[in-house]
Amino acid sequence: MTAAEPLLVATDLRKTYGRTPALDGAELTVRAGEVVAVMGPSGSGKSTLLHCLAGIVTPDSGEVRYRGRQLSAMSDGERSALRRTDFGFVFQFGQLVPELTCLENVAMPMRLAGRRRKDAEALAATWLDRLEVADIAGQRPGEVSGGQGQRVAVARALVGDPRVVFADEPTGALDSLNGERVMRLLTEAAHDTGAAVVLVTHEPRVAAYSDREIVVRDGKSRDMERVS
Amino acid sequence: MSIGHTLLGLLESGPRHGYDLKRAFDERFGHDRPLAYGQVYSTMARLLKNGLVEVDGIEPGGGPERKRYAITDAGVTDVEQWLAQPEKPEPYLQTTLYAKVVLALLTGRPAADLLDTQRAEHLRLMRELTRRKSGGDLTDQLICDHALFHLEADLRWLELTAARLDQLAAEVTR
Ligand SMILES: Nc1ncnc2c1ncn2[C@@H]1O[C@H](COP(=O)(O)OP(=O)(O)O)[C@@H](O)[C@H]1O
Ligand SMILES: [Mg+2]
Repeated sequence: MTAAEPLLVATDLRKTYGRTPALDGAELTVRAGEVVAVMGPSGSGKSTLLHCLAGIVTPDSGEVRYRGRQLSAMSDGERSALRRTDFGFVFQFGQLVPELTCLENVAMPMRLAGRRRKDAEALAATWLDRLEVADIAGQRPGEVSGGQGQRVAVARALVGDPRVVFADEPTGALDSLNGERVMRLLTEAAHDTGAAVVLVTHEPRVAAYSDREIVVRDGKSRDMERVS
Repeated sequence: MSIGHTLLGLLESGPRHGYDLKRAFDERFGHDRPLAYGQVYSTMARLLKNGLVEVDGIEPGGGPERKRYAITDAGVTDVEQWLAQPEKPEPYLQTTLYAKVVLALLTGRPAADLLDTQRAEHLRLMRELTRRKSGGDLTDQLICDHALFHLEADLRWLELTAARLDQLAAEVTR
């Protein structure tokens, strides 16, 4: 892994919903293994930027390249395959399947990728252990605390060895102690596996786990490493 | 907060007498602590000695309050440098930062850049404290957390001020 290799490059992204401009010339470069915080006021376009980067939303104009390949030039099938193999996702809440146990939730991405149940669950168990939630493996998401649920979600995002983890307000529903625990475990695990993290947050103490920061205001991004 | 730089910044819009400077300072920045006349005159004497201001005129009658001061080119450069240089992040910076923002707006300098430069400086220190915290024992963690919460409060204030900059500009230049 070269530290300077740009994995994801987004340039001049524009996206309008009806009359609302959500992105108005945003750009972002993500290099292998780095943690980039995306901050900015509510409604400024952070989530839309993340969705464009991950190929979930197609921008009206501008482009996103992942390892040199333009996302909008791929077929839907190619894009969803890329999301399964190369990307991981953590949201604020609601990403775990309520009917499955925590262990089954973490094993699910590997099951979808065709891994045998026994292998998938063995690997899932090591990830639950790593995220310090081995004790709740057999419980369902509705039976665990918010902090535990988010650590299960992080395990699920990382189990497939993604190159980029997209985290949108991953601590938004947690108190500060649990939020920081999730951030510490997420950034440590990403660092160990070499995954880059795009971290959307409005909390400065959460952003302090990043290597660098961009701020989105009114759909425009500002790279805070480049201010005067 | 640096009284010298603040008075200098106030002089940038035009020459003023000592008493006029004190009034301008108190109006904008002296809400809980108005300047003493003695402080104004000792500060002006120092700025004069350092060549950052010059005496622009003296009214008849004598006494320091009769002097009219004007900023020099060296003074303008000094204000410029002070505004561009982020403050060392530490709790309770708000009075200095507020003075810098208002003076930037009054003198037509990019106040948004000043806020962003300071924001970047704050987050740099927050990252360092976060790293120190993850390698430390509980005592280290608690000490770092205290600093982190204060820095976060400052950073939120910087954010909120950036979001209200147009409104503040309209008020201070009214
Ligand atoms: N699916 C959507 N449909 C309509 N408007 C949207 C949609 N997604 C986002 N927006 C609008 O775009 C703007 C940016 O939203 P978003 O990217 O969610 O901001 P943030 O994540 O920074 O809070 C907002 O005004 C929001 O209301
Ligand atoms: Mg959002």
